[in-house]
Amino acid sequence: MSAISRRKMITRGLAAAAGLSGLAAAGRIADRYGLLPPDHGGIYGPGETLTYAAQRLITRHSLAREFDRSQISNPPFANEIAPPSDLFKRLQAGGFKDWRLSVEGLVSQPASLSLDDVRRFPVRRQITEIACEEGWSYVAEWAGAPLADVLHAAGILPQARYVVYFSIEKGWWESIDMADALHPQTLLAYAMNDGDLPPAFGGPLRLRVPRQLGYKSVKFINRLAVTDSLKQFGKGLGSASPEGGYAWYAGI
Amino acid sequence: MAGTAWSLDQSTVVAAAEGAPRHAALVRVTHWLTALCFLALLVSGLEIVVSHPRFYWGESGNVLTPALFSFPIPSSRATVPTGYGYVLPDQNGWSRALHFQSAWVLVLTGALYVIWGVVSGHFRKHLLPDASDRSLRAFSLALGRHLRFARPAAADAWSYNLVQRLTYILVIFVLFPLVIWTGLAMSPAFVSAVPSTVTWLGGRQSARTLHFLLTVSLVAFLLVHVAMVWLAGFGTRVMAMITGAPAPTRGPE
Repeated sequence: MSAISRRKMITRGLAAAAGLSGLAAAGRIADRYGLLPPDHGGIYGPGETLTYAAQRLITRHSLAREFDRSQISNPPFANEIAPPSDLFKRLQAGGFKDWRLSVEGLVSQPASLSLDDVRRFPVRRQITEIACEEGWSYVAEWAGAPLADVLHAAGILPQARYVVYFSIEKGWWESIDMADALHPQTLLAYAMNDGDLPPAFGGPLRLRVPRQLGYKSVKFINRLAVTDSLKQFGKGLGSASPEGGYAWYAGI
Repeated sequence: MAGTAWSLDQSTVVAAAEGAPRHAALVRVTHWLTALCFLALLVSGLEIVVSHPRFYWGESGNVLTPALFSFPIPSSRATVPTGYGYVLPDQNGWSRALHFQSAWVLVLTGALYVIWGVVSGHFRKHLLPDASDRSLRAFSLALGRHLRFARPAAADAWSYNLVQRLTYILVIFVLFPLVIWTGLAMSPAFVSAVPSTVTWLGGRQSARTLHFLLTVSLVAFLLVHVAMVWLAGFGTRVMAMITGAPAPTRGPE
């Protein structure tokens, strides 16, 4: 009886140890292949990691759904949360002529682009859906410069792993991995539904990441930073979302 | 009274004949893991609904479009016109994290259970109705017994009756797969890889509404399930699902 339970205990101990070291090894392998999200710690880390890793494996080259013109939502929903800052209002009063987009970090030629500079890149138009984590959604046509083109023009260095992007509004920033940063549908959007992108929808410049939820499509973009590590940004969790309790990766 | 079919002796005989626990260890573990995950998914899912208590049909839907149905409750977002003068605190961060983590555990647990159920013959022996029961007549008889709350036969303490079998098959092979499918259909990344997940349902908002309605049907199952366990003897049935021990059935007093 006691021999059996001792054997059972030893077996279980070994199984637990094997399980833990297996998990640690899986974590190292996941990190090497870029399958570990920056917010993989904490009690919900396993779920976030499973989702990110599984989706990175199946969505490496997949395209977000695109829609017919007839499916465009009329009217779209702006979801304005906070009134614009004085700095934004000043730039808006000047027709955004002084708006600058800085491209910095792990690039060979850091740049400071005007909106006209961004418009000089080949334009991509796409009718995609923006879905909020709350549950609502709308379909619109967005036009802009593919983020990949802007990054390539600045010369991405080989060690780049993430692109961090900042709103002119304080505390609003996100980041994406290179799979999404170089994805053909990830746009620096300046137009929407045959007009300039209205400020209510993030104009003059919004990063559209259609394979993730709406909160990754940050409004009023004025800074891009290419990096190999998210540790030096904010609390090191990848973006403002995990600092507020939301997942860094929002492909769900 | 069918006292003979409900006596201690007979169930002891059945127990001795089976020589096995009432529920296999794998059934017991996956049952409680699923129960735990379902409760976590339910609570976190309702929290997420509170941030937008409106449901739509088709591809898109938001506060500017008419709702298919909505709930007259306050919301955790100021942008939703609820008619209430206040906004509830935002609980979506942890709710979403808990929702998806529980979904992973539920899916992995379910996969283990289904593979085991096929390999071990559990589905064939315990869930698939007996050949003699595969008729409309047998089903209506069993349903009639069920609805009259007729006392179960002794064998019912050891195996599932026809109505139970069909209900469990519906829950395991229809409702759970559908609720997982409709959940995946709301993932913008997943549907980029497998667009038919959402297009077959008629769009993202249809998927969300179906996800909610399927949850309602699973909750209805849960309530009936717990009520039935209560009527059959809560303590003994629950213990059978925890320890696997045979239920020490008593005579009808």
